[in-house]
This record gives sequence, C-alpha cells and structure tokens, in this order.
Amino acid sequence: MGFDETELRLGLPGGGGGGVRDGDQVIVMRKRGFSETESDISTDTSTCVDLKLNLSSNSKEANSTGGKDGSAEKSKTNKEKNNNLDFPASDPAKPPAAKAQVVGWPPVRSFRKNMFTAVQKSTNDGESEQMNKGGNNNAVLVKVSMDGAPYLRKVDLKMYKSYPELSDALAKMFSSFTIGNCGSQGMKDFMNESKLMDVLNGSDYIPTYEDKDGDWMLVGDVPWEMFVESCKRLRIMKSKEAVGLAPRAMEKCKNRS
Amino acid sequence: MSEDPSIPSSSSSQMSEDDDRSPPLDLIDGPIPSSKSRNCSGVSGSGVGTSVENTVPYPDQVLENVLENVLCFLTSRRDRSSASLVCKSWYRAEALTRSELFIGNCYAVSPRRATARFTRVRAVTIKGKPRFADFNLMPANWGAHLAPWVSSMAKAYPWLEKLCLKRMSVTDDDLALLAESFAGFKELVLVCCDGFGTSGLAVVVSKCRQLRVLDLTETEVMDDDVDWICCFPESQTFLESLMFDCVECHINFEALEKLVARSPSLKKLRLNRHVSIGQLYRLMVRAPQLTHLGTGSFNLSEGMAQGDQELDYVSAFAACKSLVCLSGFREILLDYIPAIYPVCSNLTSLNLSYANITAEQLKPVISQCHKLQSFWVLDSICDEGLKAVATTCKELRELRVFPVNAQEDAEGPVSEVGLEAISEGCRKLRSILYFCQRMTNAAVIAMSKNCSELVVFRLCIMGRRRPDHVTGEPMDEGFGAIVMNCKKLTRLAVSGLLTDRAFSYIGKYGKLVRTLSVAFAGDSDLGLKYVLEGCHKLQKLEIRDSPFGDTALCSGLHHYYNMRFLWMSSCSLTRQGCWAIARELPRLVVEVMKSNEGEEEGDNFDTLYMYRSLEGPRDDIPQFVEILRPGI
Repeated sequence: MGFDETELRLGLPGGGGGGVRDGDQVIVMRKRGFSETESDISTDTSTCVDLKLNLSSNSKEANSTGGKDGSAEKSKTNKEKNNNLDFPASDPAKPPAAKAQVVGWPPVRSFRKNMFTAVQKSTNDGESEQMNKGGNNNAVLVKVSMDGAPYLRKVDLKMYKSYPELSDALAKMFSSFTIGNCGSQGMKDFMNESKLMDVLNGSDYIPTYEDKDGDWMLVGDVPWEMFVESCKRLRIMKSKEAVGLAPRAMEKCKNRS
Repeated sequence: MSEDPSIPSSSSSQMSEDDDRSPPLDLIDGPIPSSKSRNCSGVSGSGVGTSVENTVPYPDQVLENVLENVLCFLTSRRDRSSASLVCKSWYRAEALTRSELFIGNCYAVSPRRATARFTRVRAVTIKGKPRFADFNLMPANWGAHLAPWVSSMAKAYPWLEKLCLKRMSVTDDDLALLAESFAGFKELVLVCCDGFGTSGLAVVVSKCRQLRVLDLTETEVMDDDVDWICCFPESQTFLESLMFDCVECHINFEALEKLVARSPSLKKLRLNRHVSIGQLYRLMVRAPQLTHLGTGSFNLSEGMAQGDQELDYVSAFAACKSLVCLSGFREILLDYIPAIYPVCSNLTSLNLSYANITAEQLKPVISQCHKLQSFWVLDSICDEGLKAVATTCKELRELRVFPVNAQEDAEGPVSEVGLEAISEGCRKLRSILYFCQRMTNAAVIAMSKNCSELVVFRLCIMGRRRPDHVTGEPMDEGFGAIVMNCKKLTRLAVSGLLTDRAFSYIGKYGKLVRTLSVAFAGDSDLGLKYVLEGCHKLQKLEIRDSPFGDTALCSGLHHYYNMRFLWMSSCSLTRQGCWAIARELPRLVVEVMKSNEGEEEGDNFDTLYMYRSLEGPRDDIPQFVEILRPGI
C-alpha cells in the first residue's frame, strides 16, 4: 500500500490522469490529449490546467487573455507539478523524476542494444548496407597487395589528395617488407607523370592498379581525381612482371586525351 | 547481467563465472616458493635442495616423486590448492605439476610471482576487468593490460599452448609478442576483450603454425584493413575451432573458403554477419563434419534478390550430421528458417538471440528441438513462444531471454506468464537469464519449486524498482523463495522493488551463493549487512545504485579476504568509510574512481572497487582511479 506514495507519478496537479508507472515525464505529456485537458476545465485552477482554449464566442479576446494568463498559469502549474512529484524522502538513492536513460541499465551489452536499429534498417531497406559501403560515406576503399607480402592492406583513396600522399602511405604500410629500389622517393618519382618512363626501368617494384575496365594500369599515368574514380584495386608488383604494361598505359592515355 | 555464451565446451566452461572455484586463502597465506632448487625430473633420489630443513633423506624423496605422479591427475583448482597447503613438499610437488593456471583477477597476483611458483604451465586463463565494465560503468583505460603477463610468460613458459582471456586489454603488440614467443601455441580464446585489431590477428594466425583454436567471443576487434584470413599458412592447418562472429570487419571470403577446405579437423566455425547465406552454403558443403556452426547473417548478400541464387540449403544442413550447436542468424531472412529443420532434432544448443522472430516463426523450429539443452532467444517470441519451448524442450538446462528493446519503459512481450510456463515444462533447468518488464512473486516462487536444480538465477525486471505488477508488493518473497528452495544456487542477480527483507532471505538461505548482483535495491545498510554476514561463500559482489553505506561496508571486514572483489557504485559510501577498510585490511587494494573525468577531487566518488591482492597497489592506474593506501 505504501508503494503508492513512493511511486513516481507524473501528472498535473491533483493527480489527474498521469502515467501510473515510473515513466518518463515527456512520454506522459505526449499522451495527454487536448480533449483530456478540456474536460478538466473548472474554476478550481489548483486541480487542473485551464489552457483557455478557444471555446467561447469571444474567441479573440479569449485567446489574447489566454496568452498572458496562460503563461502565468503554465508556470504555476509547472511549480505545482514539481511539488507533486513524490520524491521518496527516505531514500536518497532514488533518482530524480525527469531522468534520461541511466548509464548501464538495463544491463544489456551495447552491441545488443545497437544491433536492432541496424538490423531493422537493413531488413526494411535492403539497399542500406550497400549504400553504406559504396557511395554514401565517401570512402573509396581499395585493396592493396604487394607481391611477396604475407597479407593485403586496404586504403581509402579519399584520404589522400595526390600521388605523393598515396605513395607515402603505401611506403609506410609496406615498409616492413623490403622494397628494394623503390623507396619512398622512388615511388614518388614513379607517380610523377612526367618521370614515368624514366623511372620505369630503374625500380624493382612498380605500383599498378586495376581500373574500371579491368585493365592493369601503371599508377600515375592519369590525373589524381581520375585515378580515384577509376581505381578498383592496387597491386605493387615486381617490375619484371610489369613489362607489358607501359605501352598500354601510354596508349590509353593517348586515347583519353 | 549479460554474459558470454556458455555453450558447453572446454574453453568457455573455464570462463563461466558460475564454474569458478577460486581457492580461498592459499594465495594470501601460501609461502613464496623457497629458494631451493630442484632436480627437474625428480626421478633420481638425490634432491639438489640446499634448504635448511632438509633433514629427512631418501623416503621423503620417494614420497615426493609418488606425489608428483599422483598430482598430475588432480585437475580441480580447489583440490590443488588444498594439496598445496598440506606441507612444503606437497606445495612444491603441486607447483611442479600444475599445468593449468587460473588467474581470477589479474591484479591479485603479479606475473612474476605466478610464474615463479608454477614453472611448468601449459595453459593460462586470466580475467581482468569486473563485469560491470561491460555496461559502461567504468571508463576506458582502467587497466587489465595483458602486456606484463605476456612478457613474463614469454620467458617463463616458452612451451605455452593455451591462453584464455576475459575482459583483458590486449594490444596488437601483445599478440605479436605472443606469436613470437610460443612456438607450440595452440589455443587462443578471447572473451570480452578489446584493444587490438585485425593486424594483431594477422600476426597470430600467420606465426602460430600449430594453431588449433581461435575463439573470439564478444570481443571488439578494430578494423585495421588487414586481411587476416589470408594470413593463415598455405598448407593444411590444424584448425579445430574458428569463431569470429563478433568481428565486425569484412573478411575475404575466397580466402576463408580455401582455409576451410584445407582444415580437415575443423569442427567449430562461427562466422560474422558479413558472411551471406550463399557463402555459408559453400562453406557447409566443404565442412559437413562441423559440430558447432555460427551461420553469419543468414541473409542474402547485398544486391541479390531472392531467386537469384536458389541453393539447396536444406541439403547442406542435412549433410551436417554432427551438428549440435547452432547460432548466428544475425540478419535472418525468415524464408530460410526451414533450412535448419534437418538438424533441429540433434541440437543441444541453439542461439537465436539475434533473430527478431515471433512465436509463430519459432514454433516450427522449436517443436523439433527435443534434445535442446541451451537456448538463447529474444523476447520477440513473447510468452507464447516460451510456452512452445516449455512444451518441447524437456532437457533444457540453460535459458537466456534477451530484450529486443532494452529500455525501461518499453512494452514487455514476455512476463511472468512465460517464466511460469518454462518452470512447468523445463524441470531440469539449471541456469536462467530473463529480461522482462513485468513479473510477479508467484511466478518466481513457482520456478523456485519446479526447478530445484537451479544453479544460476538472473532475473532482470527492466523498470527500476518495479513491484509485483499484480499485487503491488516488493519482489522480496519471490527471490526469497529462490534462495530457500534452490539448494544448489551459486549465482543470483536480483531486480525489481526489493526491501531489506529480500537481503535477509539471501543472507539466511543463500549459503552457497558465490556471485551476487544487485541494482537499485534495498532500503538501508541492513540489506548489505545481511548478505555479508550470511553468505559465507560469497566471492563476487557487484552493487549499483543502492542505499548501502559505510556501516554496511564495515560489516564485511571478516570476509573480504575471502572474496575476489567487491564493486559498489552510486551507493551511499563515503571516502572515510573506504579508508576504514583500507586501514583494517592491508592486503586489500581499495580503488575509488569517478566515472566522469575532470571532476574535482573531493569527498565524492562514484565507484568503489576492491579486491585482495598479494602485490599491493598496482602501478598502472589511470588518472581517474585513486588507490586508498594507508600511510607507511
């Protein structure tokens, strides 16, 4: 019986109609419709809220007075509302009424909590996963393999604005593997369009990429933006394997320009 | 209250909190191994001991040799601890024959001390953070670093084969050191760990050529864009178990398929949600010998419509005649549920806790699962679904019902009706975790009477301090009945509106309770006092947001050295109260912390976390932790 007293009830003064469970104040407010408040109108303002709705024939007047009085009424009600919330005085550990979600409660791990919004999205909209991976979030992830390296890496081409930046990143990524002649500078030279043919014969490794047409091209032969658009994946291959590429790359360039 | 999957297997049963048998006092009182050196083989009679009390000659050596041979068969930690306390020679013999080392709290003992005492260990289990860290009650970087353990073990146990970690912080460097240091490494099990990425995995799988088991459960793995699946050796592998369902990164499926094809011993495979049902099919066809399968998304890959690819999933499942444990279903496409019918009657374990399905969708599956012993599910199946479970699953030992909507004020699809149905139908139940919005004492009492085998009872009424929704009374009587009637109960988690009376019941009847979890409960210090004075076997106590203060804290002084830890957050403790404990019990590490960084130092703190330790204050505390240490 005593629990009625300690139970948090949110309602307007007089205990009219509010939620009977420990609830979020906001929710209760939403659930109250205008019809409820209208029917509660009486002269006793301490037990209900008179919103001075547009009911009488002197509508305009009512509204204007309602505006002023309404706000006063409202602030009074707010106060009363607060006073009416039954804080269980004996128990200081109880949280205040207007509470947000409590940290760590219910004790469900975050991967479970987050999971269902994601799943619901994907079952409702089969495309959403696709979008996430592809165009929507601006990442252009391409795999980078290097001949002789034990595993692949991935890079987001959008993270770089030029060939030198990319070459730095690749050099760092694969620095644990001996690149031989193709150190950072070598890569840079390589990706410098004008030095392309000069360097080709010198280095042990050559960065290449597969473009949208499925052709293997030398990295650096097209302007950066065009490269990002067309690159599907990267392969740092040994120079002897790249022998056939150069002429094709040059041809493609010619065809494009 | 959420826990790791306890699918019965050798590795995870070690992890299960309920299975814990931590030795009471041996770490505290046990002597540090003496400086006697010893002949390793122990076969020859002459000891090399140079100790002072080596007065008894030959017969003692024989006894020790015999002892060692006998002790090899002793596996229980508790028994080993008892053996080690008999006398020094038994202590030595036990230390030499212990091959599995269990560290229940990584800060209770240092790596140096542990490796000095136990010199022939092949398998190590280490547990780190307290469980409430899983629910964001502890800031990141609190500790539980694997690094010092790995470096000590690298020197002390070069033959290490197995490492199981729970709630530890593991870095890529740690994994690299592990891979470098242990040539014969076979099993890595990581439960609720974090701090590393796919790079770390890559190093482990490429260098540990004897790897049999790689199990990642509820562990966070950062996506370093490293294709770790490609890093397994090209030749046939020894893989028996590969579980990566919690890994959120995309994987190279072609490489995975080849890996499965060259892993003839593979029995357990748990795929992550990026593996589509079509890909699953290809793997199942290559590995019909699987006993444990995590199905991945159980949905089509993106861009594919149904009908594009009509594979015979039913046959694929039918071919897996040894399948006993099924999980996954991360993004389940309901049309494909019938594919699993062929295996249902053999299943002992089924985890549908990622599948938002209704009772009607569940029934055709569950009605075939006569042998089911472990069932994890979402409350979307409602009370009706639980009734269906109760009708068929007479062998059920473990049930977990998770909420789809984990919010306090949501609609609750399961209630006391479902709980009572389960109690009626599943009399062999040993372990239950049940999330709900409404409950009654009557249903809980019914369960206490029907399911006398209960060892683990965890009820989470999600609205804080909710009373019995029929009678309006506190839930005291229900939980009281549980501790009274379930004589084997060792783990309890309480919720709902609870007065001190509930705790008096727990203290009076919960004589075997080892783990107790309390949230938003109790009226006064008495509640905690009852528990600390009554529960003689209590090891792990975690309390949040309950009105227990310093007086209550002091009432446990006689017992804290017997416990693994005590956690109290947002209770009514003061700094003085914690200091009093720290002064009385010098071997206890008393940590206080604030959950919000940047708050001023003052009397306020949010959390007390204290634990016995042989080492004193740890040296890796982050800024928000303070260890109360009585002055020298």
